[in-house]
Amino acid sequence: MNDPKSAARENVYLKVRDLKKNFGSFTALRDISLDVFEGEFICFLGPSGCGKTTLLRAIAGLDIQTSGSIFQDGKDISALPASERDFGIVFQSYALFPNLSVIDNVGYGLVNLRSKKEEVAKRVSELLALVGLEDQGNKFPAQLSGGQQQRVALSRALAMSPGLLLLDEPLSALDAKVRVHLRHEMKELQRRLGVTTIMVTHDQEEALTMADRIVVMNDGVIEQVGTPEEIYREPLSPFVAEFVGTMNFLNAQKGSNGEIMLGDHAISLTEQEKQKLNGNKILACVRPEDIAVRNVDQETANSFDVKVIELEFLGSFCRATLSYGSDESQINADFSINLVRDKNIEVGASIRVALPEASIHIFSQG
Amino acid sequence: MTDQTLPLEKSAPIKPKLSRDDWVMRIFVLGIGLWLVVTILMPLYAMLSKAVQNKDGVFIGLQNFTEYFSTPALFNSISNSFFIAGISTVLTISLASVFAFILCRSTIPGKAVFKGIALLPLLAPSILPGISFVYLFGQQGVLKFVLGDYSIYGPIGVVMGEVFYTFPHALMILIAAFSIADARLFEAAVVLRTSRIRTFFTVTLPGIKYGLISAIFVVFTLVITDFGIPKVIGGQYNVLATDIYRQVIGQQNFEMGAVVSVVLLFPAFLAFAVDRFVQRKQVAMLTARAVPYEPKPHAVLNRIFFIYCCLIGIMIVGIIGMAAYASFVTFWPYNMALSLNNYDFDLMDGGGWDAFYNSLEMAAYVAVFGTTIIFTGAYMVEKSKGFKFMRGLIQFFCMIPMAVPGMVLGLAYIFFFNHPDNPLGIIYGTLPILVIVTIAHFYTVSHLTAMTALKQMDPEFETVSASLKVPFVRTFLKVTVPVCLPAILDISIYLFVNAMTTVSAVIFLYSSDTSLASIAALNMDDAGDVAPAAAMCMVIVATSASVRVLHALLTRGIARKSQAWRAR
Repeated sequence: MNDPKSAARENVYLKVRDLKKNFGSFTALRDISLDVFEGEFICFLGPSGCGKTTLLRAIAGLDIQTSGSIFQDGKDISALPASERDFGIVFQSYALFPNLSVIDNVGYGLVNLRSKKEEVAKRVSELLALVGLEDQGNKFPAQLSGGQQQRVALSRALAMSPGLLLLDEPLSALDAKVRVHLRHEMKELQRRLGVTTIMVTHDQEEALTMADRIVVMNDGVIEQVGTPEEIYREPLSPFVAEFVGTMNFLNAQKGSNGEIMLGDHAISLTEQEKQKLNGNKILACVRPEDIAVRNVDQETANSFDVKVIELEFLGSFCRATLSYGSDESQINADFSINLVRDKNIEVGASIRVALPEASIHIFSQG
Repeated sequence: MTDQTLPLEKSAPIKPKLSRDDWVMRIFVLGIGLWLVVTILMPLYAMLSKAVQNKDGVFIGLQNFTEYFSTPALFNSISNSFFIAGISTVLTISLASVFAFILCRSTIPGKAVFKGIALLPLLAPSILPGISFVYLFGQQGVLKFVLGDYSIYGPIGVVMGEVFYTFPHALMILIAAFSIADARLFEAAVVLRTSRIRTFFTVTLPGIKYGLISAIFVVFTLVITDFGIPKVIGGQYNVLATDIYRQVIGQQNFEMGAVVSVVLLFPAFLAFAVDRFVQRKQVAMLTARAVPYEPKPHAVLNRIFFIYCCLIGIMIVGIIGMAAYASFVTFWPYNMALSLNNYDFDLMDGGGWDAFYNSLEMAAYVAVFGTTIIFTGAYMVEKSKGFKFMRGLIQFFCMIPMAVPGMVLGLAYIFFFNHPDNPLGIIYGTLPILVIVTIAHFYTVSHLTAMTALKQMDPEFETVSASLKVPFVRTFLKVTVPVCLPAILDISIYLFVNAMTTVSAVIFLYSSDTSLASIAALNMDDAGDVAPAAAMCMVIVATSASVRVLHALLTRGIARKSQAWRAR
């Protein structure tokens, strides 16, 4: 992971304030405020219909917000049409002009600047070299693979050296393997060019691997803004906890001494989580991969006995369904194949697991 | 839930600033709207108001209608029209649906040839079958014995002619309906051991239901509004369309012509409304995952199917062939020697060869200007942003011509453009008014073709252009037009052929200097020069056919040239 707290973070490049967007009686965005720093790679992450694309389109000036303002590089662009804003955009469909060659697609905007022919050609070949398509310039989009088309769209978006690069689900039309490869390349390219970038995605893996910061959205509001680690490790709401990664949600009661009761088991919390105790009913969150089995005995903190109900083989690891307590509450745990072999874990077996203090997050439910 | 934002007092709504492109597009949208208002709405309004005025232009309410309905000679035409339209629709749909079924669901040889033959009537003016029937079944007809004591002049001839004329229209709709069949449904039926007959009623029929309904209404409208066939072969049998003509041309009773027009508008509008409603449903039936149906051979059925197609094909070719043959016969039936005498149009009434040149010129203008106006209009309506009400309104205006019979539109143009106070009256009696009325008459189908093509374009092309600071006009010319070229060519050929063959809308509007080939044929037939009329029809058919061939070559050329970028 790169360091998100680089010097570039000092300057706010894009400022969104109290953005609202209504489609008829439907509210797509409610009071969105957000700062995007210069050179940063931001991902809008959320389920479909959460408003992430609406927000992107408002920033681009394609569907202008009902109210609220947007500042880009200190300039109020709230009411400007798309053609008077400074951005490059890549759509999910790429929207490559089918009847124009790769060169003409990439140079589409440059030609309009009345620059000299040689200059346009030089810039286009630079851009194509940037995305590794130097030798594909004379082909038509239909003759390229999906990944190549995506890169053409990207270089076309970068051709005018925009201050802001907008990516609307740019990878979701591609095969899984190509996607993994391209997300690496795109991130690399973005870092090299240092262009402020906003990407919309519903794929959490994409967001986690590419973004400097992730904006998790749901139902027209921002749920959380943070680095991928923050989002994954410190979810601020049950929604974020559930949406990013897999998460166990365990019903617990407030115990004494700042502990919580998971059935009959007292579970201790970190000081930070203790601050959040409020009310009797508690929702405790633990990631399946954080559940410990090795070196766990009766003395281990936060440990208890569980029964293996089911083992689902998922290639590099197994997802185990475990039950605990008198009401046979269930909890999922990811065990490596090694562990399963070493500990002889099988369906019906009884094992002892521990929930490491640091991996537990709680939400009070009143 | 952790909301990142604090509730704030309501901030003022944003008024989006319009870009230059937005302004240009809106001006275009308004321009198209104005065009449609002047060429369609205002003439129609002029006609409707004429129906409630007396000869001096004084408002008299429904008095004209009272007079109309108290004159049996007039309102009898209503039942005549419905009778003809009903019978013709039943016959055409029965014949065409079997034909379409065979073309789509069987493996008989020569399907392309049969389809080509079946579409031939589209190239001819609607009066051609009438003329041909005169030679086949008339007083000196070669097949007169077939009809026995019955006369071809009257309902029999009209119905036969209408079936010939509407067959290809029904066929195209039905072929489209049959060809969207999903093979998976048929496979499921086979796997469930459903009988062929049950499969037909549970899978085939529901699949074409909407196409069938649509075809029924299209045929019905075409027949009830057709003027050419009843004029040529109807004899004393009056229908609404010929009544308008008689009232206006024969008796100079424009008000009564307007009344008959209103009467004719009703069924046409109703059929149109039902058709639009049905077509909206049809779209929802298409799923992207449907697997195209591959017909399997069936020896016995194939033989029957082949014979059926041959019979239909022979009839169509026979009707056109008869007219062609008659046009070369020197003086039927006394001098059967073949000659080109009948093609010496300059010796006859009706406008001579000049009429043909006028037609060519008019059709060319209609094709060029019509395609430009209609495609640009469709683009602006489809791609401009905001302005919703205006765009919806224009979309509605574009649908109106489909529901307006040509005769009615032509008459409406007289009232509107011949009005002494209308400054646009200067085009009355000139070629431009013929061009304009023809574009208006065939606007809807062309508009829908353009819309279909435009809807297949990525909606983000304009967005990308805006982000690259390229004005939309450049994208329109460099991307939209080239990509839509096949559709644009389709529109222009449709307009050209219809402009060549149309009679109804232009019959009230030509002057002695601007007679057209199809009108010349009609007038020659009226004057008893049936053979020259047949000859003129053949010239029209030959022209339309050549243009069609040219169109096919062009389309193939474009397909080859654009193969690289159209490949998947």
